[in-house]
Order: sequence, then structure tokens, then C-alpha cells
Amino acid sequence: MRKTDSKKRHLHGDKVFHIINYTILTLTLILVLYPLYFIVIASFSDPVAINNGQIRFWPVGFNTLGYQRIFENRDIWRSYGNTIFYTVVGTTVNVILTMLLAYPLSRKEFVFQKPFTVLIMFTVYFQGGLIPTYIWINQLGLYNTPWVMIVLPAINVFNVIIARTNIENNIPEELHEAALIDGCNHFTFFRRIVMPLSKTIIVVLMLYYGVAHWNEFMNGLIYLRDKGLAPLQLTLRAILLQNQVSGLGDDDSMIEQQKAAELIKYGVIIVSTLPVLVIYPFLQKHFEKGIMIGAVKG
Amino acid sequence: MEKVTKVKKRSFVSRVARDWQLIVFCLVPIAYFFIIHYVPMYGVQIAFKEFVPSKGIWGSPWVGFEQFRRFFSSYMFKPVIKNTLTLSFLQILISFPMPIIMAILLSKVPNKRCSKFAQTVFYIPHFISIVVLTSMLYIFLSPRNGVVNNIIRFFGGEPIFFLGEPHLFKWNFILSGIWQNTGWNAIIYISALAAIDPALYEAAKVDGANQWKMIWHIDLPGLLPTIMMMLILAVGRVMNIGFQKAYLMQNTQNLVASEIISTYIYKVGLLDTQYSYSAAINLFNNLINIILLVSVNRMSKAITKHGVF
Repeated sequence: MRKTDSKKRHLHGDKVFHIINYTILTLTLILVLYPLYFIVIASFSDPVAINNGQIRFWPVGFNTLGYQRIFENRDIWRSYGNTIFYTVVGTTVNVILTMLLAYPLSRKEFVFQKPFTVLIMFTVYFQGGLIPTYIWINQLGLYNTPWVMIVLPAINVFNVIIARTNIENNIPEELHEAALIDGCNHFTFFRRIVMPLSKTIIVVLMLYYGVAHWNEFMNGLIYLRDKGLAPLQLTLRAILLQNQVSGLGDDDSMIEQQKAAELIKYGVIIVSTLPVLVIYPFLQKHFEKGIMIGAVKG
Repeated sequence: MEKVTKVKKRSFVSRVARDWQLIVFCLVPIAYFFIIHYVPMYGVQIAFKEFVPSKGIWGSPWVGFEQFRRFFSSYMFKPVIKNTLTLSFLQILISFPMPIIMAILLSKVPNKRCSKFAQTVFYIPHFISIVVLTSMLYIFLSPRNGVVNNIIRFFGGEPIFFLGEPHLFKWNFILSGIWQNTGWNAIIYISALAAIDPALYEAAKVDGANQWKMIWHIDLPGLLPTIMMMLILAVGRVMNIGFQKAYLMQNTQNLVASEIISTYIYKVGLLDTQYSYSAAINLFNNLINIILLVSVNRMSKAITKHGVF
């Protein structure tokens, strides 16, 4: 990295530059963090205080009533469980299939390397579209089954490219040649060398795919009719954007529902986003690499 | 290159036989692409038919370009196209330069720990789901008790129902997008900046260049290939404004401004079950995207020698 310049050469213009720069970045930090912080303190505050606009920097009327209601809400927990299932199974399938495809595509001598690359890239630019896919998923019998959430997004082309480029750059050709001389075939080479040496990229893939599954909304909206199969984001939408909180009994009036939604919405945001934000710092140093590798080849 | 020519001397069949193991690797992934991505392409033909569920895709009668004609002459055609283009042009004009600016500003922070910390914080919003993001907009912009309107009221203004005003929809959409994605999208530029030879900055310093000059003469030229690549991709997506966010931000008051192609395709297709009509709009949209992408790529190659393919 560049050395910090010596003080005597510090031009006046540079001082102004740094002051402006720090000011902009600090304001941006506040702009990014404050909304998130507000949700956290509001989730512990009295709804009346929130309503009166009293919440600024600390919770007002500290309580955990919202969280208690969330714990009692069966819809939230069922969809939470569904999303955990979709995320765990889905990400496992994603990572296995992506690595299986990335390895052969990283082999320059592979007879189908070019055709297969073109074949998968084409799907980025041209798709059947909503209705043809919808009709086909129905014919396959995947409509309104949990499997649609796993099969439909099973491979992401950009992640394949990232993984392929990573294998190309990280595993020296000499290693492959040496392994071949030792009588190693592609299967053992993949298992013994490629997979262990691709730990970083596998973590990156897990993060990318995992977050995508966790935040998935559209496939659930289109392909799942049963409430029992609904992923978390669909339930969140009902509570946060449509003010529908069920599980209070059959005779919930509109006003009751709205009140309940008002009480739990901040807590629901926290509870639903927490898993992603908790694993995030641990994976943080890995995932940047992913984008950078992808950036090289686009 | 020599290697390739050497390999090409072998016959195709012998190469397939040699690579059978690699083909086994590809079996399931390629089957996925065929089943999930290519088979539905066969269904695109319903855009030229009048789809009758009982007759299936193949048996439904052909109607030529009737569905397209219907869309072009429909009263929704103009607003839907206009709303989509408004959002995407604003995105290219305003959202697109933001990560570039952020990357440059971050790279100018002398204390690497500080810039690293800031970077980490700027990524966070990217991981928030669109549902949560939209509900945060409703929370902060609420005319009754939202923070923004509290500030407006504090200064003696009248509260504004930001999410219900059609003419404000585009700004809600664009600004929340900037909030969510600028940090994440900056990564690619940050890594491109890190790849610039530090000797260039040293030399510039010796010549007495200040920071502004270095940005103009070193950073921006160094970023140009990346910027061009991202710009081509952005233009190729002009008609592809994401369904989720627009759909979730829609309400009855702002619908005039928030109905875009992708949400219209969804509503016409799945809610009104006009399958063929929806598929036709979808196909039209897809073709426009491809045409845009290819022509922008050509233009970029001609002007700057950089392209994505």
C-alpha cells in the first residue's frame, strides 16, 4: 500500500480533501447505521412512545412485550423453520452442484468446456420467462411443494464462474500433472485436492447462496400456495406490509390486528435479520474475495 | 494456444472418450440447466398463441403477433414502459456512480483500519431482505410518526406521505437502493483500485499532484475498464428492474408510478391468468434487453476496446 506522505509535503489542498473525505464518510456511516439502530431500540420500546416520535437514541419505556408476542406467534416460527430448511438443504445442493460444474469448466483441455460455458451463459441473457416456467413447474409436479424452493435456484451461473475462476487460479497445473502421473483420476483429484484447496471459495458460495435462500421471497409468492410451506419472507410481508397478524384467534378485528402488528414489527425485523447479521462478521473476510475473483473474469 | 492446437488434432470421439470422467461431473448440473432453464424456453411459443390450458402448449391455436399488438395498443403500454425506463435511467444516472465515488473516497483514507471498518459497515444493508427494507421505508417515512416527517414537522413543515405520492415513488425506490447497495457494489471498484501500481501515486506526488489530480489522472483511468464493464451490464438490464422491490413498494395510491414491466407481467399472467399475453410482454422485454446489451457492448468495444463478451 502507499506510504502516508511526509508532513512537509502535505499540500494545503490535500488537507482540505481529507477533511471533506472524513466528513462525507462519517455522515454516510451515520446514515447507514442509524436506521438499523433505530429498529433495535424501537423493538424494546413502548409502542405509544414510538407513536409519539419520542424514540431518538435510547429505548423509551423499555419492555420485551413485542418479543414475547413473537415467541407466541406460531406463523412466525413455522415459517422460520421452513426457511431454515430451505436454506440448509438448498445451500448444500447449491454448493455441491456448483463445485461439480466448476471443476470440469476449469479444465482447459475438456472437450465440452466451451460449449457448456456458452450453454450456461446463454441462460443469463435469455429465459423462458415467468409463465412458461410456471406452466412447466406445474407439469413437473413441483408446484406447492417444498422442493420447488430448492430445485429452482439450484445453480447460479455467476457463482459457477466465480468458483471456476478460483479453481483455475488457486490450483497449480503442476499439481494436476503430478497427480495424473501418480495415477490419480479426476474423481480422486477433485475429492483430495480441489475440494480441500477450495475452502475459501466454498465459504463464499455458502454465504451467497445462504443469504439468497434466507431472503427469498418471489419463488415463495409464485409457487407456494399453502401457508404451512411459506418461507419467512412471506410471513414477514404479511405482518410488516399488510398488517396481518394471525394466530390471535378467529375473531381478530382489523384494529386488533393492526395493534398487534404495531407491537411486534420492530422485533420481527430483528428476529428475522439476526441470523444473517450474526454469521456475517465471521465470514466477512472471506466473501470479499469472492467478488474480486468474479470481477477478474466478469 | 499451442496446447489447444495440439489437442485439436485428436478426433472428437477420442476426446469425448478421454474426458468421460469430466462429463460425469457435468451430468447433474447440465441436466439442471436443460430441465429448469431450457425446457421452459419451448413454452415461449405461447406468446404467439392463445393458450388454452386444456389443450396444452402444443395444442393451443396460433395467433401470430396478436398478443404483442394487444400490448402495444393497450392503455397500460405507455405508463408501464415509462415507469420502467424512468427507474432504470435514474439508476444509471444516480445510483451507478455512487459505488465508484465511495471506493475512491475509501481508498484515500490513510488509516487502513478505519477504511476497513467503514467498508464493513457499508456492506451490512446489502444483507437485509427486500421485505424488511420496504417495511423500514414505511416505518421511517410514515406521515404519522416516521422520523423523516418528525423532522419536517420540527421545522414547521406539513408531513408528507412519501410512499403514497406517485411522483415520489421513483425517489423512494432509487434512494433506498443507494442506501442498500452502494457499499456492496463498491467492492469491485475497491479491488480494482487496489490493483493500481502504487508507484504511480509516488511519482505523481513527486510531481506535486494533489489528491484531486490523482483521482482524475490515476484512479479514474485505472477504473475505466471496470466502469465500462459494469455500465454495459447495467444498460443491458435497463428493462429488467427487479420485480420484488417494486412489487413490495406498490400500494393503491402510488400504482400509477410503480407499475413496471415485471410487476405487470406477474399480475397479468398469474393473477389474471392471461398466460399468452403475459408471455408475450415477457418475451418483448427480454428481446429489448438482449438488443440493448449487444449494441452497448459493440459500442463500448469500438470506443474503449473493452467489452463483456
